[in-house]
Amino acid sequence: MSKLFSAKTKEVFLGPLSKNNPIGVQVLGICSALAVTAKLEPAIVMGLSVTIIVAFSNVIISLLRNTIPNRIRIIVQLVVVAALVTVVSEFLKAFAYDVSVQLSVYIGLIITNCILMGRLEAFAMSNKPWESFVDGLGNGFGYAVVLIIVAFFRELLGSGTLYGIRIIPQAVYDAGYMNNGLMLMPPMALIILACVIWIHRAKNKDLQEK
Amino acid sequence: MENIANIFVKSIFVDNMIFAYFLGMCSYLAVSKNVKTSLGLGVAVIFVLTITLPVNYLLENFVLKEGALAWLSPGLASLDLSYLAFILFIAVIAAMTQLVEMVVEKFTPSLYASLGIFLPLIAVNCAIMGGSLFMQQRAFNNIGEATSYALGSGIGWMLAIVGLAAIREKMEYSDVPKPLRGLGITFITVALMAIAFLAFSGLKI
Repeated sequence: MSKLFSAKTKEVFLGPLSKNNPIGVQVLGICSALAVTAKLEPAIVMGLSVTIIVAFSNVIISLLRNTIPNRIRIIVQLVVVAALVTVVSEFLKAFAYDVSVQLSVYIGLIITNCILMGRLEAFAMSNKPWESFVDGLGNGFGYAVVLIIVAFFRELLGSGTLYGIRIIPQAVYDAGYMNNGLMLMPPMALIILACVIWIHRAKNKDLQEK
Repeated sequence: MENIANIFVKSIFVDNMIFAYFLGMCSYLAVSKNVKTSLGLGVAVIFVLTITLPVNYLLENFVLKEGALAWLSPGLASLDLSYLAFILFIAVIAAMTQLVEMVVEKFTPSLYASLGIFLPLIAVNCAIMGGSLFMQQRAFNNIGEATSYALGSGIGWMLAIVGLAAIREKMEYSDVPKPLRGLGITFITVALMAIAFLAFSGLKI
């Protein structure tokens, strides 16, 4: 156990959760992050799918790293990722059809999610399989955490529910409270994400630009 | 014909790749620091999108869709290969980008010099893959509609990136709170632009 979780692997796992967060700091994978966060459920499913795909594609590329010719490595990486995404997409269609309809094209777009290419290029191409797996898990969770925070606020303020369960009681609506419809529109995802980044960087002064 | 024009205008303003679907966000944020380079990337995206989308349309309708292989032999009419869509689409996009890069380098070196670094990056731009996946989802009637969708989406993307770059150039001189500098304020700017684009929703010719 102690060998599996050496100081370096721990750093590799915990770094992406905050100091080196894929969305807030590395600016990767924003494409699909924003569109699926109107509700908590698709956000969690998306976070999990990305975690699984990053972790396993990291392992596969890390195992192959010495045999891939440098010139065609991008195509090899894309094919590995596309195969994994196809598996996840078929799995969701079979076992969680409603969510897969809500996620529509964004599951397919995990292929071109920059987190994947970024981690494969920056980490898996030059590290051993176990470390790559941990790095994939860490980055996947870092991505999922941001998604869940954004979805939490959007669903709570936009529909008054969390994970489909009503949170704001009917009495409050009777007193004149209304759901904020704008929260469900795409622009609000950007603004909430900007606030998350704002708070994160106000806490970690070394991340501020200029 | 009317339908084609309608799809074209809608894909620029209403279903804008950036403001409605957040596609191609990574390169959108990374390259929008000045107008000139963002214009170059925008042109490259239009170019690749308009070439790959019709090719993927043909692939989808004559190879992948359920019963699409019936033209080959009636025995294949019940075959449904749509689970191969992701791998084939991304292969077409990667190959087409490579091809476009070589053709542009051979015939118009000046364009190549200005697009140079952006062309290979476009293979992993979500807007290109997203275009193909939306095409699959919306089931366009003919290749003309698919092409006009591709052209419109590309132009919409370029409009968005050039607009943001122009705003960011001006923002250099403003006093933004320290933690918001860079990424934070860029997100808020994009959000405000997206709210402005909401005004187009429901637009029809």
